[in-house]
Order: sequence, then C-alpha cells, then structure tokens
Amino acid sequence: MSKNDGKATQGKRQSAHLPRKRFYRARAHSNPLSDSHFPIPISPADVDYSSHYPHFLHSSKNDPDEDDLLPKIRFADIGCGFGGLLVKLSPLFPDTLMIGMELRDKVSEYVKERILALRASNPGQYENISVVRTNSMKYLPNYFCKGQLSKIFFLFPDPHFKEKNHRRRVISLQLLDEYAYVLEVGGIIYTITDVEELGDWMKFCLNSHPLFSAILEEEIEADPVVKLLASATEEGQKVARNGGQTFYAVFRRIAPEDPII
Amino acid sequence: MEEEVHTGEINREAEVAPALIAVHPLERSIALALGYELRVFDFEMDCAVPLTDEAYSPCHSDAIRAICFGANGRLFVSAGDDKLVKIWRTDTWHCIRTVCSDKRVSAVAISHDGLFVTFADKFGVVWIERLEEDDQGQASVDKKAVPLLGHYCSIITCLKFSPDGKFIATADRDFKIRITIFPKGPLKGSHEIQNFCLGHTDFVSCLTFICPLDCHQSFLLSGSGDATVRLWDHVSGQLLDTCDVGEKAGLLDSKEKVEDSLAVTDINALPDGSFVAAAIQGLHGVMILKCDVPARRLFIAKFVFVEECFVPTSLGLSSSAKLLWVVMGASNVSKLGVSKMAQLRVLSDLDKFLSNEHGDYPVILKDKDMPGGEKLLLQFQGSDHVTKQDAALAATATAVKVAMQNLLTKKQYSLEKRDFRKRDRNDRKFKKQQF
Ligand SMILES: C[S@@+](CC[C@H](N)C(=O)[O-])C[C@H]1O[C@@H](n2cnc3c(N)ncnc32)[C@H](O)[C@@H]1O
Repeated sequence: MSKNDGKATQGKRQSAHLPRKRFYRARAHSNPLSDSHFPIPISPADVDYSSHYPHFLHSSKNDPDEDDLLPKIRFADIGCGFGGLLVKLSPLFPDTLMIGMELRDKVSEYVKERILALRASNPGQYENISVVRTNSMKYLPNYFCKGQLSKIFFLFPDPHFKEKNHRRRVISLQLLDEYAYVLEVGGIIYTITDVEELGDWMKFCLNSHPLFSAILEEEIEADPVVKLLASATEEGQKVARNGGQTFYAVFRRIAPEDPII
Repeated sequence: MEEEVHTGEINREAEVAPALIAVHPLERSIALALGYELRVFDFEMDCAVPLTDEAYSPCHSDAIRAICFGANGRLFVSAGDDKLVKIWRTDTWHCIRTVCSDKRVSAVAISHDGLFVTFADKFGVVWIERLEEDDQGQASVDKKAVPLLGHYCSIITCLKFSPDGKFIATADRDFKIRITIFPKGPLKGSHEIQNFCLGHTDFVSCLTFICPLDCHQSFLLSGSGDATVRLWDHVSGQLLDTCDVGEKAGLLDSKEKVEDSLAVTDINALPDGSFVAAAIQGLHGVMILKCDVPARRLFIAKFVFVEECFVPTSLGLSSSAKLLWVVMGASNVSKLGVSKMAQLRVLSDLDKFLSNEHGDYPVILKDKDMPGGEKLLLQFQGSDHVTKQDAALAATATAVKVAMQNLLTKKQYSLEKRDFRKRDRNDRKFKKQQF
C-alpha cells in the first residue's frame, strides 16, 4: 500500500466519528517513577492478542494448537502519544502487528478510539495496530519476549532536563539493556527529538552501548520509516509548524562481540 | 548532610528490620545481623568473635539489610540502611574495605571467584566493585563502585550469582526476576540480559540456585509474596513448576492458625535440590519442599512446626552438617522496650529426613545441643531471658511481621497522603534553607 492510501483515509476520518483530541485533554507530563494502577500482563504469553488484533486472530483460529503460528507484535512505539506514527505505519506494513505504549490514561484511550474509528470507516484496514496503557520503563519485558521486536520507536520523548531527573529519561544506558533484549539481532531502534541536549544524550547512550551500532547514513536515507520520524506524529508536526530543528539517532541491535555461552 | 542524619534517626526509631542469618560455607562460623549490629560466632574456636573495623565504630550505624559469605568462605559482606558496604575477612573478622553507596543498600553478593562485590541500592541499580588482590588486612581507602545493571525504579530484594558464575540473578518488588550474563569485564556493566523469569504475581523476596547431580545445568528457585515457590530454567526463562505453599498451609489449620499473608520470605536449598526450606510469613515453622528436576516437579514434603508465635525471618543451611539454622528477630521491638530481639532454633538430622528414616525428622534441637550451645545463644540472643516468655515472643512476632511487610511491599499512599508527603518534603527543604 502506498502513502497516498494513508492520506485518503485520513481525509475520510475527519468527517467520520474520529475522537476529538480536546475531549481527551490530559496532563502534559506523567511521572514514570510513580506506580499507577493499570493491568499488567504477567508475562508476554498473557498479552491478549484477541482483543488487540481480532482480525488477525480470526483468520487463523481454527486450530488452537497453531497458537505459536500466530504473528507476534513486531513494532513497538514507546510513548506513542496520540498515535500518529502507528496510523502512518499501518498501511506501510499491513501484515505486521504493531503496538503503541502510552503512560497517560486519557491519551491511550484516545488512541484506542482513534484506531477503532479508523477500522470502522476503513474495513479491513488498521487491524494491525493497537495501543496499551503502561509504563514502558517498567513493564516492557511483560509484553515482549527476547528478540521479539524488529523495530522500536522513541519519538519526541519527554526531555527531563534537570540532572537529577535524567533517570526518568526513557533512553538510558540501563534501559537500553532492556531494549536490546526485546529487539532481535538486526532490529532497529529509532529515536528523534527537537531538544538538542536530549538528542546528544540519546546518541551518547546508544554509542556507548555494546549491543547497538550506528547505521550508515546511506542506509538511513533509504529506510522509508525514517521519513516518518519527523512528520508522522502530533509532536513532530508541532515542531515542524514552529520551524524547530530535529535530531535523530537510528541504531541497529547487534550480537555481543564476545558471547560467553 | 544534616538531613541525612535526621532521616537516619527517624528510620531507626520507626523502622523495624528483620534479623538475618548466614552460615559459613564450610561451617566455620555463623553470622547474625540484628538492626545495626553484626554478631559472629566461630565454631572452631567455640567462641564469639569481635569484629574489627578501624574506620567506623560501630561498624554499621543503621539497620543491616543484607549479609552473605563468598562461595569459598574467605570473605563476608554486610550492608544496609547506612549506605555502607563492608567487606570482611573471615579469618580475622577484620573489615578490609568499606564501599560507600549513594542510596541505601537492599541486597549484596560476592562473585564466586571472590574478585567482585555487587550490591543493589534503593533505586534498583546494582553496583559492582573490584576487590584488589592486595587487600591484606589493611583497610583501604573508600572507593566508589560502578553501575552494573538496573531494574528501573524497583527495589531489588535479592541478588545471586549462578553456580557456574555465568549469570547474575536479581529479583525485585515488581514481580520480576532478571537473569543477566555476567561478563568477563563486568566493570563496563552487564548489558546482555539472558532472560526474565516472569510468573510471580507479587513481590519476589528470595532466590536460590540448585545444581541437581545428574543435570548438566543449574536451576533457579524463587519465593514470593504470592505464596508460591517456583522452579525455573533460568537459561531459557521457562517456568518449570509452581508450588503453592498457601494451598498446603490450608491443610495445616488443625495445628496452625493460618494468618492472612503467606508470603514466602526466605528460601534455602541443598545444592542438589533434594531439600528446600522456606520461611513463610504467616506460619510458625519451616516448610520443607523437595525438587525433582528431571520430572520438573517442586512439591511440599513436610511442615515443621517450631513454636506458637515463632515466625522465621531468615534461614541458614549447613550443607555438610545437615543442619538448618532458623532465626526470628527484629530490631526495635518497641512493645518490649528493647532495641532488638532474636530467637534461634536449629533443625537437625536433615539426612535422616532425606533418607526417609523412620521417625519424626528433622528434629528441633534443645538449646544445649546446638552447635555453640549456650555460648552462642548468649552471643546471639543476649542474656535476657525475657526472650523465653511467650509474651516476648508474641511481641517479637508482631514486630517481625511489620518489618517484613515494610521491607517487601510497597508503601501504598492515598492521593492526599502523596500530596502531603510532597509538601512535607518541600517544607523541610524550605525550613532548612532558612536556618
Ligand atoms: C512528548 S510525547 C511524544 C508523543 C509521540 N511520540 C509524538 O511524537 O507525538 C511523550 C509521550 O511519552 C509518554 N510517556 C512518558 N513516559 C512514558 C513511559 N514510561 N511509558 C509510556 N509512555 C510514556 C508521555 O505520556 C507522552 O505521551
């Protein structure tokens, strides 16, 4: 499917029953350190694919033993906000399951409604995207097994400027261990920000991590997904409207140099 | 700085810390941590040993939260709320190194080669420090450790190296167990996660590895607030079996009044897994489990009732002597007006129990029959024979319960309280600035 299809459906949704953002106004920032109350799957086996991707489940439901053959989630958009990236990626990779993870309750509710509305007005489409409300910094391993993901996105994450709040940043040397764990070898991590200091920080962390290596510039330019980083999401559009600069880092998950096992 | 001291004092007042016990791997000595005090008894010399620490007196100034011996028994480490990690030589009981942590310490471990000490802080970060070869009994300068790995903002309850030294296992209050590859050069951090062992539905309180004889690998056992002990293949992350101790506890009620929480608070196992002892919060004794790894089974073999009101806080297994040391204790037993109290029991004849010999095994030893006998008890329990009274035991039991609850479960604040806490903290900061 081409990008134009995406545009067409976007036009249609305006008139249809898409949820309006202003009814889902939320606090600007959430504190990822505090414990909130939302259900957490005990392990990736407990993630309820049937509620997220009913369409994919029904087409291969006949044999319960085929459970393992069901497609797994392959892309994760961390801190997906209002879900712009998922909506753009969906038609580009129609057979790939993707999930957005969002901490703010109202925002994740909005994304859920948005996806349902898109599915209703475009039968057969947008069946591969969904959203969960969760704290990705704490519960990523509850959703994904080792090496399950092929792409993970961090678009315009909260900057947490103060030094003492750096540990709240969604990219850190320690959290990269977990992102490396859920990504398959060869998988790609995409980050972008309009805050230069944060961009430097994310690049620094990725460069310092033994399981990630920078992707060549030519390769980045050839990746159709990279074009979406700055433009697909609500935050990206806001930055673009204000003429802001963006800083991206795209790295590949690599195998450890000296495996001991 | 002032604030640090201040909060430290408040903690000593209000927070009760459970007593901890550790047995030397070759059974040369035994250590008990009670509040900020560390007490050691040497079995070979048959006497209590004084600890020497040139730099600090007392050696710890706040509750000790974790103690352990290194695999070969040469070193011992203690750490806790005073943010100090102390490494001791066990031949002289001399403190050879004090490592300062920024935050309070919740778990410690020494790598099997004795080259590294690792500890977890209240932010869920595990730190590592290299122990120099030239630590010849001289206290060296205080150094700062480097970060090894992190559980994002979840307090780590337990930290263990796998028997082959390849992995480091960490458990937290968010139901998680993380298995990380311990690299050859760990000072650069352990970045490769082997797996997460997920299945517990409440905090994970304790971990222990077993190496069954006819298996080529080791396995992991974990105990949790969800009243289960679980058996894992930690290499694949697969849950092999779950033993619900709560279920069995229900059958005990003729003898035992089962209380609300059946959280597993400590587990100890013989290396081959033939004997697994579990301390369970609401039960007045020790639950004995057995592990049949080839059959992937973990099951309850017996419950050994110790005494009314006896709630074990920590277990110490002597593998060769076939003894299980069981301690119940807490610092700050305010009801009794004493600052700390510990009660020690020993289960013996584990071998007879294991070989299904006829009779009621294991046996609870009488005080005089314990290794170390009265001398050890005097050192560990104190001369106060109040400790023998039922009321004292009951008060300790209550304190222990509070201590374990505080340690393992998250504080639940209502929204108002949360706001209040925030305000409170700012107020204090504000006042401090004015002075
Ligand atoms: C500045 S917004 C960017 C949203 C979106 N990626 C975009 O580009 O429009 C950052 C988002 O991350 C979410 N977030 C922050 N910490 C999070 C966490 N620990 N887990 C999940 N979402 C988080 C915030 O709620 C917020 O919606």
